Amino acid sequence: MAEPEAAAAEAAEAPKKPVDPDFEPEIIVFACHYCAYAAADLAGSMRLQYPSNIRMIKLPCTGKLEVIHLLRAIEAGADGVYAAGCMEGECHYLTGNLWARKRVDHVKGLLAELGIEPERVEMYNMSSAMGAKFAEVATEFTQRIKALGPSPARREGVSPHATAREALGGVALPDEAESPAAATVEEGHAE
Amino acid sequence: MITAERKPFDEIIKLVGDKKKILVAGCDTCVAICLTGGEKEAEILASELRIKAGQEGREVEVEHTAAIRQCEWEYLDMIAEKVEAADVVLSMACGIGIQSMAEKFAPQLVMPAVNTNMLGMPQEHAVWLERCVACGECRIGLTGGICPVVRCSKSLMNGPCGGSHDGLCEVTGPDKEEIECAWALIWERLKAQGREELMFADRPPKDWSKSSSGGPRKMVREEAKPV
Repeated sequence: MAEPEAAAAEAAEAPKKPVDPDFEPEIIVFACHYCAYAAADLAGSMRLQYPSNIRMIKLPCTGKLEVIHLLRAIEAGADGVYAAGCMEGECHYLTGNLWARKRVDHVKGLLAELGIEPERVEMYNMSSAMGAKFAEVATEFTQRIKALGPSPARREGVSPHATAREALGGVALPDEAESPAAATVEEGHAE
Repeated sequence: MITAERKPFDEIIKLVGDKKKILVAGCDTCVAICLTGGEKEAEILASELRIKAGQEGREVEVEHTAAIRQCEWEYLDMIAEKVEAADVVLSMACGIGIQSMAEKFAPQLVMPAVNTNMLGMPQEHAVWLERCVACGECRIGLTGGICPVVRCSKSLMNGPCGGSHDGLCEVTGPDKEEIECAWALIWERLKAQGREELMFADRPPKDWSKSSSGGPRKMVREEAKPV
């Protein structure tokens, strides 16, 4: 299997494609419930601006993320995919974020084998208090994907977000804003 | 267990050629345990093949499945429908499973997606070490439970060679890692067992006719055959 670094170097040497100013990438973010998802909330409360290209999927921990989940998002045509987990050493489940990093690295290798830029997948770490970091990462990654251009695996008429959610099965947590039913159940318990 | 490693993607692509209906068939026994060819890995390879075909604008239909064991007829029956519907099957089982599949569904095209490499044990999670070559005549009762056939670089049967230094072999492994001298290990183990005299005892020559160089081997258990 090709080393991600070697493939990245090769991709860097390749002639740069002209950047299409109208290209709006579709980016899937696998966010940990304990940190990045809360950081996104905070970014919102802080009224920070970040690109609307990212679509979030909430996970109980990035350690739940498997190679196939990242691949399915790419297969469904996502231009970029990243996982955002807790700071290293601060995972709620101890080492979930370290496993996620290894899996992201493995997927970089698989993409290199397929002739797709390994930079289209990435792993980031942040705490729930890092609203600014969340916005910064979203902006930086979106710029990176805009510079790379559309994914060679891009497909029309397929939703990478829906596909990735489906691949995760029951693992993806419901988004509070989108699932009032779940909130009602919790209120029921409180009573 | 039997261990295997996935073939490079480019090689797999060549084996598949221009076939349209591809079935990636994993095996949920040994190759699943060594994280190479179980259902999970079959799904990953299937996804990769679809991405590749999509990039090249080719229409393909790639499915994945897994047999509980590809090396047994009964378990192959369970995936027969999918196998027969495919133009080509990419088997992720060990060499035994791949051949069982090719034989049962002949003349169906069955291609290997992995290289079967050894009979190994997991020394730690995700690290496997070779421990047996199925030589057909086990002599580890004389060597403290350490196999010199597989663990000595020269498969020496009567003690170490001159390349043994400080417990290490003069040969280094594929990643330049040190290899322990099997005969140094055997000596230490026999000493710990108080059986050093075994090193100096006469032992009959090993019967290599029971190994793999005498043609394919066969085992029959008469008492277990159906009446």
